Amino acid sequence: MASESGGLTEYIQHHLQHLVPHASKEGFWAVHLDSVSVSLALGVLFCLWFWLKARKATAGVPSKGQAFVEIILEFVDGQVKDVFHGDRRVLGPLALTVFVWVFLMNAMDLLPVDLLPWITEKFGVGHFRAVPTADINMTFAMSLTVFVLIIFYSFKAKGAGGYMRELFTAPFGSSPFLWLPNFLLNVVELLSKPVSLAMRLFGNMYAGELVFMLIAGLFSAGAGLAGWALYGAGIIGYTVWGIFHILIISIQAFIFMVLTIVYISMAHDHH
Amino acid sequence: MDFNATLIGEMISFAILIWFCVHFIWPYLNKAIEERQLKIAEGLNAAERAHADLKAADSKVQAEIKQARLQASEIIDKAQQQANQIIEKARGEAVSEINRLKASAQDDIASMAQRARDELREQVGALAVAGASRIVQREVDASTHKALLDQLAAEI
Repeated sequence: MASESGGLTEYIQHHLQHLVPHASKEGFWAVHLDSVSVSLALGVLFCLWFWLKARKATAGVPSKGQAFVEIILEFVDGQVKDVFHGDRRVLGPLALTVFVWVFLMNAMDLLPVDLLPWITEKFGVGHFRAVPTADINMTFAMSLTVFVLIIFYSFKAKGAGGYMRELFTAPFGSSPFLWLPNFLLNVVELLSKPVSLAMRLFGNMYAGELVFMLIAGLFSAGAGLAGWALYGAGIIGYTVWGIFHILIISIQAFIFMVLTIVYISMAHDHH
Repeated sequence: MDFNATLIGEMISFAILIWFCVHFIWPYLNKAIEERQLKIAEGLNAAERAHADLKAADSKVQAEIKQARLQASEIIDKAQQQANQIIEKARGEAVSEINRLKASAQDDIASMAQRARDELREQVGALAVAGASRIVQREVDASTHKALLDQLAAEI
């Protein structure tokens, strides 16, 4: 890495580029292969892990692995139970998937920011971003799925007529003059949910990743004794931010899960 | 990208991070897991113990019921025996009472008959004396002939 001022910018820009198919550098078909592959791999990992533990689950004293899975499961189920008072057979697994998957994807942030790109480069792939949740496409993919579920459960709980009536008559009242304000407000409220859900997670993870890159810039910031001092500061800063980041990734996964539960249980509520 | 000092620095930090997790995060998770295991084990033990206790109590109850039934039948037997005895005794007493009453009644009858017979005898004696005195036309001295009259009355 070059040590002049342009080096850090170049370094960060390099790291902020997604892996896309060679044929389509831009546009609609510029699929972020890194986000897709890492999220898919982590999703499969989550499924395999929980499936194996569930398959070998005993009603007796659980093994440590089973106990760990049970603790996560009970924690998520407790959160769902607190918010949503209905049939939890869909919402429970949904919340569990959201929580564990988002957590695992966030946890990719803890890996050294240069590690995966260095490995992939050995296979001829230059750009590789390891954190799928720092990709706005990924967070929007999840939040739009939640959005579809909100719409689906609104229709399911209230019926098409009931939902339409609610869109036009709540929250101000049922006078015909209020139909338009009601509807506009409801549309804003509805659209704000997936946007805020996606932007919050993306913003946190993107910023976290960026801070890692900035600190990593210290490793090559100077020469001589000052360079070594900065190198030490970089190691300390990188570690401290990493430890702090453990908290952030947990909290962001938790918030995403809780908001998913809240939004879907709100879809069940009648005004 | 080359393998360079940046990656080495990140790897050192990552190693420290792992060390941190091993020392300050994993113990808590492990503790939670072990507590859960312990709680479940204790719960299962308690359930098993309760099950065994229930079984023991059940068999104890069965034994006690058996015992009670036995005792009850014994008591009934004894009561029946006692009742029989009482009936026997009452019957014996009644019979002896009847006999006694019968005997005293017979005694009464006998004494009354004796008395009547004596009276009749005396009256017959008197009648005989009267008859005789009328036949001999004179006074018969009842006192001088008393022995004779008594003998006569005894013969009637």
